[in-house]
Amino acid sequence: MTKSNERKLTIARAMAEATAQEMRIDPSVFVMGEDIGPLGGVYGNTRGLIEEFGAERIRDTPISETAFIGAAVGAAQDGMRPVVELMFVDFFGVCFDAIYNLMAKNIYFSGGNVKVPMVLMTSTGGGYSDGGQHSQCLYGTFAHLPGMKVVAPSNAYDAKGLMTAAMRDDSPVVYMYHKGLQGMGWLGTEAGATVHVPEEPYTLEIGKAKVVREGKDVSIVSCGMGVHNALKAAKTLEAQGVSAEVVDLVSLVPLDRDTIRASVAKTGRLIVVDEDYMSYGLSGEIIASVTEHDISVLKAAPKRVAFPDVPIPFARVMEQFCLPNPDKIVAAWDEMQAA
Amino acid sequence: MAVKKSSKKPNVSAQELQAYYHDMLLIRRFEEKAGQLYGMGLIGGFCHLYIGQEAVVVGLEAAAKEGDKRVTSYRDHGHMLACGMDPNGVMAELTGRIGGYSKGKGGSMHMFSKEKHFYGGHGIVGAQVPIGAGLAFADKYKGNDNVSFTYFGDGAANQGQVYETFNMAALWKLPVIFVIENNQYAMGTAQARSTSSPDIFTRGAAFGIPGEAVDGMDVLAVKAAGDTAVAHCRAGKGPYILEVKTYRYRGHSMSDPAKYRTREEVQKMREEKDAIEHVRDLLLTGKHATEDDLKAIDKSIKEIVNASAEFAKESPEPALEELWTDIYADDASQTA
Ligand SMILES: Cc1ncc(C[n+]2csc(CCOP(=O)(O)OP(=O)(O)O)c2C)c(N)n1
Ligand SMILES: [Mg+2]
Repeated sequence: MTKSNERKLTIARAMAEATAQEMRIDPSVFVMGEDIGPLGGVYGNTRGLIEEFGAERIRDTPISETAFIGAAVGAAQDGMRPVVELMFVDFFGVCFDAIYNLMAKNIYFSGGNVKVPMVLMTSTGGGYSDGGQHSQCLYGTFAHLPGMKVVAPSNAYDAKGLMTAAMRDDSPVVYMYHKGLQGMGWLGTEAGATVHVPEEPYTLEIGKAKVVREGKDVSIVSCGMGVHNALKAAKTLEAQGVSAEVVDLVSLVPLDRDTIRASVAKTGRLIVVDEDYMSYGLSGEIIASVTEHDISVLKAAPKRVAFPDVPIPFARVMEQFCLPNPDKIVAAWDEMQAA
Repeated sequence: MAVKKSSKKPNVSAQELQAYYHDMLLIRRFEEKAGQLYGMGLIGGFCHLYIGQEAVVVGLEAAAKEGDKRVTSYRDHGHMLACGMDPNGVMAELTGRIGGYSKGKGGSMHMFSKEKHFYGGHGIVGAQVPIGAGLAFADKYKGNDNVSFTYFGDGAANQGQVYETFNMAALWKLPVIFVIENNQYAMGTAQARSTSSPDIFTRGAAFGIPGEAVDGMDVLAVKAAGDTAVAHCRAGKGPYILEVKTYRYRGHSMSDPAKYRTREEVQKMREEKDAIEHVRDLLLTGKHATEDDLKAIDKSIKEIVNASAEFAKESPEPALEELWTDIYADDASQTA
């Protein structure tokens, strides 16, 4: 089925390509972060950039997140378009003030007088036994706080379009990429994330979800890695005669509630898959978005497949037990039927 | 390495030298074994080996007394072995087993031993530095003369919280020894590319904290500097900074191919500066040990390390019920 013009890229390469294309046409874009230069980023998303743009625009930083993220806010307010990397989302603890008190609020605090056009890229997710300070998703933590847009691509096509859209956005965008989708050989990767990516630049609208598989019995809603688990579960369910629809959120903020509601209105059932901790987070938000709008569309109580409320354990057996997977999604459907 | 060699070398006994040799070699062989187990897929995640830096922690432990505290980063296996933690418990944590120091919940970067006064194993660069000050605060408050060995890297030295801690420690005269393990790289970034001044120890001057650079490939120089720092802290004069110039032979972690430096650079260090070879030389040329004595030490270490690997493979995986224990001290938990 491979078309002759098929050009499959990993998310890492799609992000780097989008960045390079934007840097060619917009001199105000520059990239900074730890080991994003000659090393090309721990997760490959800045690979090749320093060779083309040099160390002035592709800037390795000291391990000083508060300083360089705060500085990016300053530079963004002064007409630059910084793309900044926080190597792992878990490291937000040392620099959150720059993120949620400055980056996220200065447009509002200035009554719109200043803009903060910056992209904060950060890696999320676990599954490779890296312990509780290197495996979190924290979608809910970031999406909870007003003032920053938050995106989380599940495949390379979306990754490129979102990256370009994020760099052109005058608001701060947190770009959460999942390590298990990046296409890094040493880490193992989800094949479904590596897809055809057009050569020319394009944007994907931030704030729009996608129905990536149509179905009529149940809506499975997720983002990032969860979308692939949902698609696998949908295949299993199909073999059992169940037609599952899969919604890829693509953006967490703004959240495309219309697409979610329309899907659930059609199927009458909702399963939310979230690799972030369960309580007070994304899964609850999705369910509330449906139920507070129109509870009558539901034929069954919604279900969530999320990470339990425990720090992420190192031991492989324990971590794998906690992570969402296709079997758990199928089990959620079964429970829904049994209820 | 332009390091001012510590002039006063202690009058070292055969027994001490042999102990340094033993402890450094134990760390190296343990780390080599951990590397093998990682290669076999028995250890996951990021695993940061201490190979090359052994003299730092062994020299400083030789200056410590019972009751002193230690805290470090994710490159922590050497520190745990040097302070007397059980190699079995460390290795089994690396393989994520119930017999590991954290029952498999922490992993390579997160282990503790209250008994040995080892307060982690921390994965967030620089985060252990204020903890080290807190350990010292508690000891000072309680009125004993324990000191806190607070280890961090050249890369970590660019984190803001390090300087907040310097100020507080100086202000409150806390007995902290800030040990900067300068192995010249922070992941793929050479020190000169990230750090505005080459001598990190001089940064204490702004806070009135004395400091010195030490040759970290010479265990005797480290021990001597450790003695000076410890004496300063125990006398109630406040913190002290040791910038120990060292080198890691392996990649930053097991997944790092280390393309940012040449093979020759690493080779040169190994051949000309290796800390274990240095002590071996001292032992043999000073007639403090025979080849046979050293062989016996090598053999006993091999046994310890092999036993730890066996233990780490045999120890059972944690039961899933363990997921919900130890979250709170009283095991309160939330129902789903
Ligand atoms: C706050 C934070 N930022 C970044 C990282 C990623 N990281 C882990 S180790 C490391 C390099 C640290 O270098 P150094 O302090 O010199 O210690 P070494 O690894 O050389 O022992 C980086 C950037 C992290 N773990 N935490
Ligand atoms: Mg270093």
